[in-house]
Amino acid sequence: MATTEVERRRGQLAALSIAAVVIIVGVPLWWRTTETYRAWLPVSQIKELAKLQLHLSADVEVVFARGTVTPEQQKKVPLTQTQNMEHRVDEDTALSYRYETRYRTATIMEEDALNQPTAAEADLSLHTLSESPSGSLVVYVIPESSSLLPQNVDVYIGQRRTALLRIGSQMRVGKTLEQLLAHMEPRIKQVLHVMSFSHTDITAALSNRVRISPGNKESIADSMRAFKSSPGYEITFSLLNPDPKSHRLHWDIEGAVETYIQPLLTKLSPVANFSIDSQTLYYAMLGVNPRFDSSRSTYTLNADSLAHVINPVEARLGSNAASSNPVLNFLLYIPDAHHSPLYIHDHKKQQVPTNAFHSPRWGGIMIIRQCWVYNVNEFYEVDTVFPVDINIDMAKVMGVFLAQLRLLLGVQSSTPPPGFLVAPCGNAGLADWELDRLMWSRSVENIATATTTITSLAQLLDQIGNIVINDNIAQQVSSAVTSLQLAVSELEAGNLGFALQYSKEAILSSERAFFDPSLLHLLYFPDDQKFAIYIPLFLPMCVPILLSLLKIVSEARQKHREKKPKKD
Amino acid sequence: YINIYSGHTNNWAVLVCTSRFWFNYRHVANTLSVYRSVKRLGIPDSHIVLMLADDMACNHRNPKPATVFSHKNMELNVYGDDVEVDYRGYEVTVENFLRILTGRLPPSTPRSKRLLSDDRSNILIYLTGHGGNGFLKFQDSEEISNVELADAFEQMWQKRRYNELLFIIDTCQGASMYERFYSPNLMALASSQVGEDSLSHQPDLAIGVHLMDRYTFYLLEFLEDIHPASKTNMNDLFKVCPKSQCVSTPGHRTDLFLRDPGSVLITDFFGSVRKVELTMETINLTDPIEQLESGELQKEMHTYADQLPVSEIIHQKPKQKDWHPPDGFILGLWTLILLVFFQTYGVKHLKHIF
Repeated sequence: MATTEVERRRGQLAALSIAAVVIIVGVPLWWRTTETYRAWLPVSQIKELAKLQLHLSADVEVVFARGTVTPEQQKKVPLTQTQNMEHRVDEDTALSYRYETRYRTATIMEEDALNQPTAAEADLSLHTLSESPSGSLVVYVIPESSSLLPQNVDVYIGQRRTALLRIGSQMRVGKTLEQLLAHMEPRIKQVLHVMSFSHTDITAALSNRVRISPGNKESIADSMRAFKSSPGYEITFSLLNPDPKSHRLHWDIEGAVETYIQPLLTKLSPVANFSIDSQTLYYAMLGVNPRFDSSRSTYTLNADSLAHVINPVEARLGSNAASSNPVLNFLLYIPDAHHSPLYIHDHKKQQVPTNAFHSPRWGGIMIIRQCWVYNVNEFYEVDTVFPVDINIDMAKVMGVFLAQLRLLLGVQSSTPPPGFLVAPCGNAGLADWELDRLMWSRSVENIATATTTITSLAQLLDQIGNIVINDNIAQQVSSAVTSLQLAVSELEAGNLGFALQYSKEAILSSERAFFDPSLLHLLYFPDDQKFAIYIPLFLPMCVPILLSLLKIVSEARQKHREKKPKKD
Repeated sequence: YINIYSGHTNNWAVLVCTSRFWFNYRHVANTLSVYRSVKRLGIPDSHIVLMLADDMACNHRNPKPATVFSHKNMELNVYGDDVEVDYRGYEVTVENFLRILTGRLPPSTPRSKRLLSDDRSNILIYLTGHGGNGFLKFQDSEEISNVELADAFEQMWQKRRYNELLFIIDTCQGASMYERFYSPNLMALASSQVGEDSLSHQPDLAIGVHLMDRYTFYLLEFLEDIHPASKTNMNDLFKVCPKSQCVSTPGHRTDLFLRDPGSVLITDFFGSVRKVELTMETINLTDPIEQLESGELQKEMHTYADQLPVSEIIHQKPKQKDWHPPDGFILGLWTLILLVFFQTYGVKHLKHIF
C-alpha cells in the first residue's frame, strides 16, 4: 500500500509540476515570442497636433515721406499697432493672422531715393539703403504731388519687398493721425493681401487637411494648376524635331538654362531642390493634324485640339528612374517643313502671342515662332539645300518657359486690385515678395500635410494591432512631431525661413514614417485562422495536464469527504 | 477654357491578373485587352502598373508563341510588341499589390513599378482571376480579402493618393469584394453577384482554352466605341453585359461616389484627357547667354546618377531574421511530456489518467 501511495503522490507531484512549468515558463515564453514589437509613439503629442492652430504674423513698416503728414500728425509718429484676425476653418483647424505695423517718417536718404524720376529707379535705390528680412514689408507713403506713379495708379509694388502708396491730399489737412491711418487702412490691407499672405491663399494651402467646397471656376483651376509641395522637382527641357531631314536644330540649352532658369531656381532653393535635364527627340510628331489657314497662309492648331497633343508625346519622354519627384516637362516643337509656319489660335480665332500652352501639374509645350529663329525664311525656296541649319533664339523661348514655370510652381498670384501697378519680376524671374508668398503657403501646406500624415499614421497603428512598429519608425515620428512643433512656433514668431525649413523636415520625417515598407508586415488574420494554428499545437499537450489536475482535485475532494464522516 | 467636371489632372491604371498556368489564359487575355484599350485612349505606360504572371505568350503549350489572343479565330493579338509588364511571374503577390496601392515600396523600387498618384489623380483598378465570397485568389497560393482591400483604399484616401477611383473586378462572386469599401469617391463594378459565377466567353479550338471572360468581352466591345473625345458616361457602362449575355448579374456600387454617375465620363478613368490652358504671359529676358567653359561641362556630362553606392551592394550584411524555435521543438516538448507521464504512471496505469 505504501508504494502505491508513494507512487500516487509522485504522480500527483509530476502532474502539478508540469502544470506549473507550463503556466509559469511556457505561457510567458509563448507570449513574448509571438507578440509584435511596437515601439513607443508620442500619441498624446500627436493628438495635440491634430487640433491645428496656426498663427501667422507679418511685420509691416509704413514710412511717411515728406509732404504726407502735417507737423501735428508727425509728433505722434513713431507708432506701433498690432492687428489680429481669427478665422476658424473647421473644428480641427484655426488660423489667426497678426500684422504688426510700425509707422515712422522717412530718413533723408530715403527722401533722396524717393526723388528719382521713375518708380523703378526709386525702388532700386530704396533697396540699396536697407534690406528687409524675409516676410516683412515696407510701404512708402508718397504725396499726391509726386510724379513717381502715373495718373490712375495709386500703388506700385516693387521687385523686392517695398511698395509705394499715394494718398490723396484732402485727407491730410486738419485731421488727426488716427483718422489718417483709418483712411489709409483699406489700401494697406490690399497691399498686404497682394504682397504677403491672404486668407484665400492660406485656406487653399490647407486643402490636404480641410475639404473645401469648390468655389468658382477660376479658383478650382488655380488650385489644380500648381504642383503640390514636394522636397524636389525635376525639370526636363525637350526639343522635338519631327523632320530631321529638313531641319538641323541648334539650341544652346546649357547656356540658356544657366542664364535664365538657374537664377530663379537658386532663389527658390529654400523651397525645394531642382534638377534639370534636357533632351532632343527626333521624329516626334504632335499627333494632331494642323489645318491650313489660307487667309494668313499659315497652319493653325485650334485650342480645342490641344488637349490631345500631349498623350502621344508623353510616351516618348523619359524620366529619371531613380527619383520619385514630380516632373515638369517643357517641350519646344519645331514644325516640319510641310507644316511650317504653325500657330496656335484661341477660341476667338486669334493668334496666341506666345504660341504656347501648358497643362496643369504637367508642364508646357511651345511651338516655335518664325521670328524667333534665325537662318530660316518664311517659305523655303525651290533650291534650298536640306537640311537647313536653324538657330533658336533661346531668350524668347526661355521667356515663355519661365512664365509657365512660375505658373506651375504656384508663384503667380491672382490679378491685383484696380489702381495697382506691379513691377515686372526682373531677371531672376521672381520678386522677393512673391518668394515670401510662396514660402508662407508652402509652410502652411507642409505643416497641414505633415499633421494629417502623422495623425492618420497614429490612428492606423492604433486600429491594426498586428503591425510591427520598429524603432526607426518611432524615431521618425518623434522627430516629425518635434519639427512640427518648432515650425508652428517659428511661424508664430514670424521667422519665415526657419518655419519653412522645419516644415520641410517635418514632411520628410512624416512621409518616411508613413511609407516605411515595414508597416505592411503582418496584415489581417481572422480569428478562426488563429485558432486553427494554435489548437493542434497546444491542445494535445494541455489535455493530459488538465485531466490529471482534475483527477487530483476530485481525489482530494473524495479524501475530504471521507475525512469528514470520520471526524463526525 | 478648362474642363473642370472631375477635378483630376492625371490618370493612372493598375491592371492585375491574379492567375497563372495555361488554363487561366483568359485572365491574361482579359487584362491585356483592358491594357490595350487604356493605352489607346491615352494613358501612357509610365502611368500604367501592369501585373501579370506573363506565362502565356512563351508557354510551351501555346501553339502560336509570342501571342495572346482575345478573339477566336485569332483575330486580335493583344500581346503585341510594346507591352510593358511591370510585375511579372512570382512578383504578382498580395503583398506587392498592397504595397503598390499604399505606396510602401522599398526605396530601391524604380519609378515604373510605383503608383505615383497624387490628390488629383483618377485611378482605374482592374482585377481578374478566381475569386470567392470575400476573397480573391492570387496565383493559387494566397488570397486577398475584401477587408484588406477596403483598408488599403482607406490608407490611400488618408494620404490623398487619389481623386476618384474606379474599381472593376471580373471574378466569380465579384460583388463581395466591394462590399466592405468605406472610403469616399470610390465607384465599383463587378461581373457577378455573391453566389454567382462569372463565366468565360468562347473557347478557341486551335489554342485549346477559353480566350476571354464574358464580362470583359462585352466591356471591351463597349470600349471599342469610345475615343478620346467621346462623351459617354458611366450609366452606359453599368448597362454593359446584361444577364442575357453574361449569364451572371453584373453589379455596381456608387453610394460612396460624390458625383452623379451620369456626369462621369468614361474617359475620366479609361483615357487621359489633359486639361490645357493657353499661356498668355511671357517674361522679357534681356541678358545675353553666358558662355561657360566647355571643359567643366565635359566632365559633368559623362557621369551616371548614383543608384546605390557600390560599397553597400558588396558588403551587404545578411538580413537579421526573427528568431524562431527550432523545428522539432514543439514535437520534442510533447514527446517529453508524454514520456514523463508514462514514466510516472507506467503504461498499464494509463487508465488512471484517462
